[in-house]
Amino acid sequence: MELLKPSKAGTYESNDIYIMLFPGQGKTSIELESVVFDTFGSQIKSVIQDVLEEYGIQNVMVKAVDKGALDFTIRARMITAIIRGASNE
Amino acid sequence: MNRLRRSLLFIPGNSPGMLQNADVFDADSIIIDLEDSVSIDEKDSARCLLKELTNAISYQNVETIVRVNPFETKYYEQDIDAIKSLGIDTILLPKADIQSVKDLDKRLSLVNSRIKIMVLIETALGVEQVFNILNATPRCIGLMLGGEDLCVDLMCERSKSGEELLYARTRVVNAARALKKSVIDTPFTDTSDEEGLINDTIFAKNIGFNGKASINPRQIHTINRIFTPSIQEIKYAKRVIEANEKALKEGKGVFSLDGKMVDLPVIKRAEIIMAIAKNIGLVNMSGDNHGN
Amino acid sequence: MEINGYKKEFELYSYGHGNKKQKKVQTTKKNSSLYKIKKSVSDLLDEINIQDGMTLSFHHHLRNGDYVLNMVIEEIAKRNIKDICLFTSSIFPCHEPLVEHIKKGTVTQIYAAYISGPVANAINNGLLQKPVIMHTHGGRPRIIESGEVTIDVSFIAVPTCDQKGNINGSIGKSACGSLGYAYTDAYYGKHTVVITDNLVDKLDEIHIEGQFIDSIITIDSIGDASKIVSGTTKITQNPIGLKIARLTTEVIKHSGYFRDGFSFQTGAGGTSLAVADYLKALMLQEKIKGSFASGGITGYLVDMHEKGLFEKLYDVQCFDLEAIRSIRENPNHIPISASKYANINDDCIVSDLDFVILGATEIDLDFNVNVTTTSIGEIMGGSGGHSDTAFGAKVTIIVSQLFNARIPVIKDKVICKTTPGETVDVLVTERGIAVNPKRSDLIEKLEKTNLPLMTIEELKNISDQLIGVPQDISFTNDLIGVVEYRDGTVIDFLYKRNENEEK
Repeated sequence: MELLKPSKAGTYESNDIYIMLFPGQGKTSIELESVVFDTFGSQIKSVIQDVLEEYGIQNVMVKAVDKGALDFTIRARMITAIIRGASNE
Repeated sequence: MNRLRRSLLFIPGNSPGMLQNADVFDADSIIIDLEDSVSIDEKDSARCLLKELTNAISYQNVETIVRVNPFETKYYEQDIDAIKSLGIDTILLPKADIQSVKDLDKRLSLVNSRIKIMVLIETALGVEQVFNILNATPRCIGLMLGGEDLCVDLMCERSKSGEELLYARTRVVNAARALKKSVIDTPFTDTSDEEGLINDTIFAKNIGFNGKASINPRQIHTINRIFTPSIQEIKYAKRVIEANEKALKEGKGVFSLDGKMVDLPVIKRAEIIMAIAKNIGLVNMSGDNHGN
Repeated sequence: MEINGYKKEFELYSYGHGNKKQKKVQTTKKNSSLYKIKKSVSDLLDEINIQDGMTLSFHHHLRNGDYVLNMVIEEIAKRNIKDICLFTSSIFPCHEPLVEHIKKGTVTQIYAAYISGPVANAINNGLLQKPVIMHTHGGRPRIIESGEVTIDVSFIAVPTCDQKGNINGSIGKSACGSLGYAYTDAYYGKHTVVITDNLVDKLDEIHIEGQFIDSIITIDSIGDASKIVSGTTKITQNPIGLKIARLTTEVIKHSGYFRDGFSFQTGAGGTSLAVADYLKALMLQEKIKGSFASGGITGYLVDMHEKGLFEKLYDVQCFDLEAIRSIRENPNHIPISASKYANINDDCIVSDLDFVILGATEIDLDFNVNVTTTSIGEIMGGSGGHSDTAFGAKVTIIVSQLFNARIPVIKDKVICKTTPGETVDVLVTERGIAVNPKRSDLIEKLEKTNLPLMTIEELKNISDQLIGVPQDISFTNDLIGVVEYRDGTVIDFLYKRNENEEK
């Protein structure tokens, strides 16, 4: 999938994660802020990375503000953001 | 016997915090809502979240129902496409009429889905057509009454005492019972009024509802308690069934218990109570029904 | 092992510790001077010849509204005094100015049962020269009586005091109710100073006798009344907390200890208060009356007392305005000292407890509980009366969500052992109840119910499956704190976090 424009998904509520995608950055980077950074930081990043790979997304800057989301929520917010960014609407 | 549905808890479909804990409140069914509690901008988020949720988490000992958006909206088709292959039990179809329930059945049949349908009766037309809506497909396992929207359609105020819903309530109960399907009462929406909830729930039970929907986890305990047979009822039902078995062995058609004649309706009622009690794990317990 | 500033010989905690009586020093002070009133803190500091290395005590009844500690330390800092040991019962966010005094070496050591806010962060960052000693509420009086620490000057913030130094905490504009943590300071300080904003001619009802007080100083205000106590403490509205509270009440009901004359303690957290509320309904329904409730007292317990459900309230600290009203009005709402509350050398109340309801930041597979640090090992809290009541109560129940915002409560090993697992009996979470295997009596009783019993390992598996297993936190070898159990044995050490770890 190709991202056509910046997009976002999620909320700042507890147990959720707010994802922002900025395409066309030349390389892929993940900037993560999390209430459980010390204990789940690398896990969160790897979930984000997995979704990017599943959808064949490259050259995107991911900004994520995590409020303790579980993996299924991280995946869902990533996918929603990707689909929104890939849409022409 | 239908699945036990004493309490059905609505959970906002775009709220991860609520979704991940939806099964801890002891509701018999969870209704993940894609309709009213999800804003128009977030319908896509909620659908996606539901999909990832069901892939990751299986709720324990609870029926998973999803309320989709109504047939006449543009979200309906997207909702059904997104959820028809997920591991959910039931779809709650809002503003149901004969056309919409047939459409949903068709879409699910096309993919050989095992998902059942519960119809939400919340229009005046829906109330008048309720028998035919329920009877439109064997996939339809029951109905829920939606009091708030119905009152809008009836152009009346929704009151706490609920006189305005009396006709709809008794009519939907009758239709559902005639077809041996589940019948669920509308939520009691004032979550701070415990006494009002108790009265409303007792009334629903007394006129034949199987259970009651709720929009707040704090109501579940009360609703369950009211729709759960008491220890006295269970003990009596057990004795009726035992006496019946004995009477059958002895070739007696009619018998008496505690000086009262026991006939078929009493036996049937006892069987229903025992079935509910077994379902909740209350049988063979001498104590009271704590912990639910 | 030698710890800078800590007693030379100490014993490590091991199974079975916690109730070894020590010799108790009796207090004999009798100061009947009529000239106790001093002009200012500054004058007093001159008079008592304040010096480097002294130990100064403070109590925490003014909680997050306290002005007194900051004011006194500020005066001391002005004199360029160094190396002060603060012997406080607790430290709150309002004590932020202390951070500067820690950095400058005015304060180099702290004893406390609970620390939160900027001072905790300063300690976490290694700014305090000597390791902080985290004791318990019951341990504090024991430390002093046993002579392990000598208080040079006690500064006792007091809502109302008379000319002789008699003290009452329940009246005055800064009323805080019981002054349970101040007794030790008054009885054992070499020099004892009352700081009050309400000096009266004569007090009718006295919490601490004036004979123990050497000096009295009046100031405009000892604290911010709105932060001293909550207006009202409220039960949780969180449905998960309510479910935990309901399950907890069922555990109490079926434990075998719920009978006429039972005793009970619960904290002021939302879930703990919900337990009190459900328990009230249960007691009314079952027509059971308790003998006493103890600890920090809230309006919920006052209501139960006034409805006749608990004959007595033993109050070491008031949490809300209702509790303060009650301690003034109800003769059976009795103020007690921290020693009477929880000191192993005293005939203490916690030993008579049937039930205590407590929280946890972490609990491990051996039922050890951490309430001293966060789940990433930073000091934020402390035992308070946690390990004292857990030791004393016949049924110690920990109430906690299994996880929240991806922070689990059950760990293989707690980062800090505040309360030993041998004194913890039941963990109640929203997804199940785990009973300590050593309590076969409780397991037998609860198995007869349909409560969701499981092992703590099973509960942990549920948690791990839902949220995953958190990465371990790594620490340096820099000792920043000592966790002292109620009997003075060292139950754990606190180390500075490793900030250079790969994240």
